[in-house]
Amino acid sequence: MLHIFCPYCGELRSEEEFHAKGQAHIARPLDPDACSDAEWGEYMFFRDNPRGIHHELWVHAAGCRKYFNVTRHTVTYEILETYKVGEKPSVTAAAATDKQAVAEGVTA
Amino acid sequence: MSNVNVYQQRPADIAGQSPLHHAGLHELVGKGRKNAGITLREKKLRGHLVIRGDAKDAGFSGGVHKALGLELPVALTLVADGDTSLQWLGPDEWLLIVPGGSEFEVERKLRTALDGQHFSVVNVSGGQTLLELSGPKVRELLMKSSSYDVHPSNFPVGKAVGTVFAKSQLVIRHTGEETWELVIRRSFSDYFWLWLQDASAEYGLAVEA
Repeated sequence: MLHIFCPYCGELRSEEEFHAKGQAHIARPLDPDACSDAEWGEYMFFRDNPRGIHHELWVHAAGCRKYFNVTRHTVTYEILETYKVGEKPSVTAAAATDKQAVAEGVTA
Repeated sequence: MSNVNVYQQRPADIAGQSPLHHAGLHELVGKGRKNAGITLREKKLRGHLVIRGDAKDAGFSGGVHKALGLELPVALTLVADGDTSLQWLGPDEWLLIVPGGSEFEVERKLRTALDGQHFSVVNVSGGQTLLELSGPKVRELLMKSSSYDVHPSNFPVGKAVGTVFAKSQLVIRHTGEETWELVIRRSFSDYFWLWLQDASAEYGLAVEA
């Protein structure tokens, strides 16, 4: 059972209070009427399925009932951070790659 | 004044029925075990209002204070003044419980104090009810029923959380050293009543009017 930090309640809560709601940071097209079918289909149906760090939308369904973002590792299930809707993640796949490169002594 | 319709939702000539009317709690008064570890009292037919707005907006928080005499509580807390209590439900949502019958007047007072601002007040009195549990064994009952940590170090008096309970969800409020309140949904009231009877059987359950 995971303990998930709700950024609105400000404390760790049991996993069963939460629901996962899919990929985060999907912006709705500002003018849907101007979208091509391909663009609208992309927005509507196509989601990333990374092996590694993934940003997801979760809802604290049994608590404050607010949506927030979770950065989760899809292989280890580790939750790396949670942050409010509208904020930017501090842990990203790009940042993780940089860190790994530094650790391995690779210079650009 | 806004053009929102505000109704007196409690008819004067019809007696209301609580969601636990069918349980006949008044008939069970005094029939429980002597020295029961848990005493249950339904605080029925109170006025429940959900207030929403931006707490950071001084106009909103000041207006609520002006109308109620209570400050908006911060996350996971509850403030009370007699039978009136104001509880944080979410970052922009609060639950106000007032004595039954006064919710219409309180709602109008809130709307007057907040006139012209971005806010909402919804009367949800019919949708939920309040149960008060008191006694030395209440915490053990909560420990059996919920995954939330109810130890006083994590759950001091004045804290209130929405969490999972049994196979459903409710709000737990810690109102006194050995006194807790549950805000339960109308449609789940029978389920919770059955659950509470079963879970408190080993400690003894007394019902108060």
